Amino acid sequence: MLDILHKIFVGPFIEMSHAPDLLVQVLWEGFVSGTLYALIALGFVLIYKASSVFNFAQGIMVVFSALTLVGLIEMGLPAWLALLMTVGVMYVLAVSVERTILLPLVNQSQSTMIMATIGLSSFLIGFGGFIFGGEPKSMPVALLGIPTGSMQFSVFNGHINIQNLDLAAAVMALVMVTTLGIFFSKTRIGRALRAVADDHQAALSVGITLKQIWVIVWFTAGIVGLTTGIFWGARSDVSFSLQIIALKALPVLILGGFTSIPGVFIGGLIIGIGEQLFEYYWGVQMGGGTQGWVAYMIALLFLWVMPQGLFGEKIIERI
Amino acid sequence: MILELDSIDVVYDHVIQVLKGVSLQVPRRGIVALLGGNGAGKSTTLKAISTLLQFERGEVTKGSILFDGVRVEHSTPDELVRRGCVHVMEGRRCFEHLTVEENLLTGAFTRKEGSSVIADDLELVYGYFPDLKLSRHSLAGYVSGGIQQMCAIGRGLMARPRLMLLDEPSISLAPRVVEEVFEIVQKLNHEQGVSILIAEQNINIALKYASYGYVLENGRVVLDGEANELRNNEDIREFYLGIAGEHRKSFHNVKSYRRRKRWLA
Repeated sequence: MLDILHKIFVGPFIEMSHAPDLLVQVLWEGFVSGTLYALIALGFVLIYKASSVFNFAQGIMVVFSALTLVGLIEMGLPAWLALLMTVGVMYVLAVSVERTILLPLVNQSQSTMIMATIGLSSFLIGFGGFIFGGEPKSMPVALLGIPTGSMQFSVFNGHINIQNLDLAAAVMALVMVTTLGIFFSKTRIGRALRAVADDHQAALSVGITLKQIWVIVWFTAGIVGLTTGIFWGARSDVSFSLQIIALKALPVLILGGFTSIPGVFIGGLIIGIGEQLFEYYWGVQMGGGTQGWVAYMIALLFLWVMPQGLFGEKIIERI
Repeated sequence: MILELDSIDVVYDHVIQVLKGVSLQVPRRGIVALLGGNGAGKSTTLKAISTLLQFERGEVTKGSILFDGVRVEHSTPDELVRRGCVHVMEGRRCFEHLTVEENLLTGAFTRKEGSSVIADDLELVYGYFPDLKLSRHSLAGYVSGGIQQMCAIGRGLMARPRLMLLDEPSISLAPRVVEEVFEIVQKLNHEQGVSILIAEQNINIALKYASYGYVLENGRVVLDGEANELRNNEDIREFYLGIAGEHRKSFHNVKSYRRRKRWLA
């Protein structure tokens, strides 16, 4: 009994203090996957903010955009043109979603909208598979100008190893989160987006055009998806199994709150770092593979204490 | 006339007819009241004008709506706001998670002018509603009902409208605050030349500030006239203001039927 307690509460910390360089390495890896989780969750938050719809198709949009990009490059297009065309495809997708799903279903219940996004994800899986085939593809990292290789740093009498790709991903995620955060809080369009999220009928009454807002939001979510797809695709393969990572966005959203952009970032970091730390220092004793569930455990704990998340909007109710 | 409705019919969901041949007119710089009880069709009339109806599966199936001489019944809400017709909806409908000032700024969404013009207009709104300036940085969801109503009207004003449609501005407000809101509306009408169409259940206060009134019942205009004419109309006095004859009504003597409304004859 005492032995188990020692393994849980003392052992891991002794390990950490004995090998601080390993700790830094673990933290860094957690940080990188955290920023990527944040990117995925950001796509959900954008759409949830502007239309109160939990977009089940977000994971597929990540895969679909990455597939389009890789597919176009494989067809022999230069990388910059393929990137540009993928952005175009995401725009077309946003407009078609607005025309065929959002507009006809305006003022419908939330569950109707959720079903519609599930339908959209089935469509994208089928359509993407039809055009680009089902087999996994690899992201042509070099063609896209994403740095590869790694850097060595010495800290605490040891080394840590930083993949350039990871560094690029983290920087990109940070830039996106900050830009979108500023865009939402300071600009005229951002204000309109938040207004639509609060009360779309009232937003209509002051002359905000819902169609325009929806297209902007879905297009932005598509671009965020594309960025996520590029970096996740570069770390593994581009295939439809990648959509599973979208499920990792759920605990991040629960932690950060469904409507907060900084919340998404912090939430992503907590989940990413928590997951890595647990796996390295506690998971080993449990046989490993804890990444599959630790994130959800953390989310569950948060649901008990702070059901609206760290930065979620307070639900304002008049009584 | 800035607004002319010519015998419009409104149908919801293709089957439910809500308005039957409603006609009304709002003169330039005038204040007109649209009166009636719950479900009479006041809000529907306003939504038909601002075309918000189409988002509730409603449709104008007959008749025409002229705003400033242009037919608008198949227009869009943003188009109408751009033309100068703003709808302040029932129940205030402020954006709760935006601050009061941000709420006001959303009202200027359709404006193309530079930010300095918008900033001037913001000051103008604060001039009419000094209370808004005091709570400009509070979330609109947390301020009092009166401030929210002012915020909603101020938000509408930021679009520089020529016609404002006010839907029940008195709803769930203290009588003193209701007076205050109507006073400001009247001031806006005089000083800014904004024409006003108010839908109200509070007939007493509406007829005090309006110059002309229409009474809606079951989707029809059953009575219209100058405000003081309506105030002295026997039917209005009995059915809406609760004053019958010379004496106060004693509820001991109330019979199970009421005098038949003359307009139903």
